[in-house]
Amino acid sequence: MSAKTGTINPPRSTVDVPPLNTAANKPTLAKTLGRLGLYVAAIAISMFFLCPIYLITISAFSPQKEIFAYPKALIPQSLTAETVLFFWNATGVQASLVNSVIVGTLTVIFALLVGAPAGYSLARFIFRGRDSYKLLILTTRAFPIVILSIPLAVNYISWNMYDTLWGVAFAHTAMALPTTILVTASIFIGVPRELEEAAQTLGCNRALAFIKVAMPLALPGLAAAAIFTFALSWNETFAATILTQRNRTLPALILSQIADVGAPLPYRFAAGFFLIAPSLLFIFIMRRYLFGMWGQVVK
Amino acid sequence: MATPQVTGDALASNMLAPPAANRSFARSRERALPFLLLVPSALFLVIFFAVPMVQALILSIHSPDGAWTLQYFERMVRDVNFTDAVRNTFLIILVAIPLQFLFAIVMGLLLQNKLRGSSLFLYFWAIPLAVSDLAAGLVWLAIFGDRGFVNSFLRTTGIAPIAFSWLSYENYGTLLMAVVIAEVWRATAIVMVIVVAGLQLIPPDYMEAAEVFGASRWQRIWHVQLPLIRPSLQVALILRTILAFQVFAVVIALAGRAMPVLASEAYNRYGELNPNGAAAYAFLILTISLITTIVYLIVLRTSEEEMGQ
Amino acid sequence: MNKLNSRPLWALLGTILVVSLALAGCAAPGTVPTLTPPTAAPAAQPAGATATLPPPTPNGGIIFHSSQFAPVNEAETMRNVILKGAPMLVDFQPQATGPYVDIPLAQQKAGKITIAVIGGQHGDFPAFVNAGLLDDLTPLLEKLSDRGFPETYLTLGKMGTDKQYYIPWAQATYIMAANKDALQYLPEGADINALTYEQLTEWAKAAQEGTGQRVLGLPVGPQGLIHRFWQGYLYPSYTGTQVGGFKSPEAVKMWTDFKELWKYVNPASTNYNNMSEPLQTGEVLIAWDHIARLKAALEANPDQYVTFPAPAGPAGRGYMPVLTGLAIPVGGPNRAEAEQLITYLTDPKTQTLVAQNLGFFPVVASADTSDLPPGVKLEADAIATLQGSADALPALLPVGLGAKGGDWNKVYNDTFQRIVIKGEDIQTVLNEQGAVMQSILDEVKAACWPPDAPSEGPCQVK
Repeated sequence: MSAKTGTINPPRSTVDVPPLNTAANKPTLAKTLGRLGLYVAAIAISMFFLCPIYLITISAFSPQKEIFAYPKALIPQSLTAETVLFFWNATGVQASLVNSVIVGTLTVIFALLVGAPAGYSLARFIFRGRDSYKLLILTTRAFPIVILSIPLAVNYISWNMYDTLWGVAFAHTAMALPTTILVTASIFIGVPRELEEAAQTLGCNRALAFIKVAMPLALPGLAAAAIFTFALSWNETFAATILTQRNRTLPALILSQIADVGAPLPYRFAAGFFLIAPSLLFIFIMRRYLFGMWGQVVK
Repeated sequence: MATPQVTGDALASNMLAPPAANRSFARSRERALPFLLLVPSALFLVIFFAVPMVQALILSIHSPDGAWTLQYFERMVRDVNFTDAVRNTFLIILVAIPLQFLFAIVMGLLLQNKLRGSSLFLYFWAIPLAVSDLAAGLVWLAIFGDRGFVNSFLRTTGIAPIAFSWLSYENYGTLLMAVVIAEVWRATAIVMVIVVAGLQLIPPDYMEAAEVFGASRWQRIWHVQLPLIRPSLQVALILRTILAFQVFAVVIALAGRAMPVLASEAYNRYGELNPNGAAAYAFLILTISLITTIVYLIVLRTSEEEMGQ
Repeated sequence: MNKLNSRPLWALLGTILVVSLALAGCAAPGTVPTLTPPTAAPAAQPAGATATLPPPTPNGGIIFHSSQFAPVNEAETMRNVILKGAPMLVDFQPQATGPYVDIPLAQQKAGKITIAVIGGQHGDFPAFVNAGLLDDLTPLLEKLSDRGFPETYLTLGKMGTDKQYYIPWAQATYIMAANKDALQYLPEGADINALTYEQLTEWAKAAQEGTGQRVLGLPVGPQGLIHRFWQGYLYPSYTGTQVGGFKSPEAVKMWTDFKELWKYVNPASTNYNNMSEPLQTGEVLIAWDHIARLKAALEANPDQYVTFPAPAGPAGRGYMPVLTGLAIPVGGPNRAEAEQLITYLTDPKTQTLVAQNLGFFPVVASADTSDLPPGVKLEADAIATLQGSADALPALLPVGLGAKGGDWNKVYNDTFQRIVIKGEDIQTVLNEQGAVMQSILDEVKAACWPPDAPSEGPCQVK
């Protein structure tokens, strides 16, 4: 780890890089065309990524009649909340939404409590085997999570944790932990250690120096990591399905409704919208921290 | 103070008031600190990850009547879908991952160009990062289904009045295409983020120097930027490949039974109340993932010296 | 210094490995077959912790353990509509297949049964009967003599003994539904209520020619119930058996015909888990599925659909009734209330309520089914027509396969995949898959079930 990596601040994004002042900056026709090409490319890519979200949104806000119509209109004829309300009022949806929020929050708390110290350790200390631990954590992703759920369900039954929100949150924490550790490590690397050391020389002990100096600086990044963890829990379907029976989270409920009884199409579209809508918000909040969070994972 | 207990409390009190007579002990504590901080995460991963993982792996070689056996692996290999599942998995990976990297690099380089609205573009492109497999499957099925948006579009515009079955097992090409498009949509964002993070680590003076020496845009990309983000690409490649071996939610949503992949077979075995068979597939996926990771590490080795660090 | 520092890490990793292996090792052997809590690490677990699922919201009622009505909305209907009128508080606890079988057995092993009433499908009960878990309900049945249970259902509830192990609860089955737009293609002279498989093929063919699309749909998706179509419909209709004639010449003819029919089946069928969705979108006009999986379409637009029994083959009109029953575990709590609950659930009024709200049909003659929602009414009509058919040939869900039920269904799915999708030689495939079937039957020692003739010892694939 060179000093260079240590000084990159998480929130720094490309937009902030000062423009190069070279003679080549003078616009020529070729340059303008080239620049135009870049915009066309960026807009085309944006359309590819936005198109499915647009389609699910107009479907969720179309009247039920239009949802069953074929050919479907690519531009909505009329907008209504009827379909979304139909989903919202379907049995179990509101309860499972509450469950999802509870599980997500618990997951965030557990993951940060357990993961952040490890991240701090990986960021601050240079010890032999540090890279191995990181690699080990990374390779946990090689094991299919779906399969993990099976023994976990058996264990949960004997631990009296089956069908509890705690249980789901623990499983989600285990899934999120590798990412949380690596991401919090990136964040702490972004907090200059000199500040902490300065605090220590001024009479703070290590713990106090951490709480008074490192924590506040790392807080925005940690908040972004928390949202990331929440999103992971919000989206997780299969462990939640296998580990619960009555206390379904939203995706688990939707999955069982769709697969088993063939929920009507409007339900599907509204469900898809409900699952995707929060991710628009998650990413909006996180977008400035994305590179800071992931940048150091690379090193 | 004979055998010091390694607990958080002891640690805290030790930190608050290091006893003068115990300097060396304090120093060993200090040395142990990084490891103590790792303990909670390690314990958690043991209980909720390592134990069930080992249990699952044991399931694959241990039959319900208590005997050690390889029958689940034999049945897996002989299964009617096994060769298809292996082929489909690798095919999806071989087609989707290069596309994801191509897209991600293009997107990363575009973002380096200080376009107006860069942060908006970044936001749009990163959205799939927080979209679940389930939701992605729902959306893309609505697009490619027989009565989906693609067929609707073709019909309203008069291009193809008769609905085309994009997802039929008879049209393997379009089915594969649909799965790959959905995968590119869903999983390019993470590669892009890692690529951009890598690009940002390149000191601006490198690029300036290249420009001063008259390197064209392409030369700069090819000879400066791409080589310098190689470590990022390596991490992204390992991560994406590992995750791609586990892809199944989107595939099941789009292809149903028509395109078995390794992870969907594992899931199906579980659904058939055959956790042993599911575990055998899990074992296989784990093994392939680890081998791939090692191969990547060897083939794409980037030593510190090579990076000039 | 570096060397010294590396030690704790390796110690940590080593400990992780050893601890995981140790923990996993003692828990694994028992955990194997399904989700089996009972024998999981008997030594390591405190005795009290083994068995029961924690009732998440105990309302103090007696525990009604059920494999039926597990989807959230159905469970809510059970609690808020059906069980509301029960003469006692009931804690309705529906379970997935694995835990449904495992929990009562685990409680029995732990000697602490908290379940008062068990509700499940006929085919699930042998596991309990074999474990000696179920009580003989003959005395209770005598009190319920006014109900008018069909004799065949009572016989099924005896599980081949002279004891009444369960009391019939509700029934369902699989039927066909068609969009009225498809009726114009029905072959001339064909009676939709007495179709043959040949006529169905002609119909599907004509519909394809007329619409330019393949509009017959089957639930062949990963979660679909198509295996029941082969088990309970095609095989009995062609061979008069479900198991015995699996590789017979009649079966070869059956698969040949099915391949012909498949030419007119919408190829997206391999993606359908239920048929109500493709029916609603209109990509399928003619469909076969479980009544619960057709319900959404029929309810949404009852005027647009007709329902009718599945076709008949040379050996009759095979169909698969799904019979559920109610049982009481030996040594369970609240015995008197448990019997009252069964009395309540088999009351004609409650039976009507279940039909109206959950679409499962009464097993008692006196239940009033005149006032059903239009979609459910459509289904009831088709079932009535079916049961009135002279050639109706009921075929039961597999009996006594327990946890091997999934493997069993896979045999049929694999056979389909190889013969129809991959085009392999029919007889060869049937011989090979027949051998797999036989090994399952031998392993669980399952005797034949209707329509196969009863067998001494494991059923034989001939």
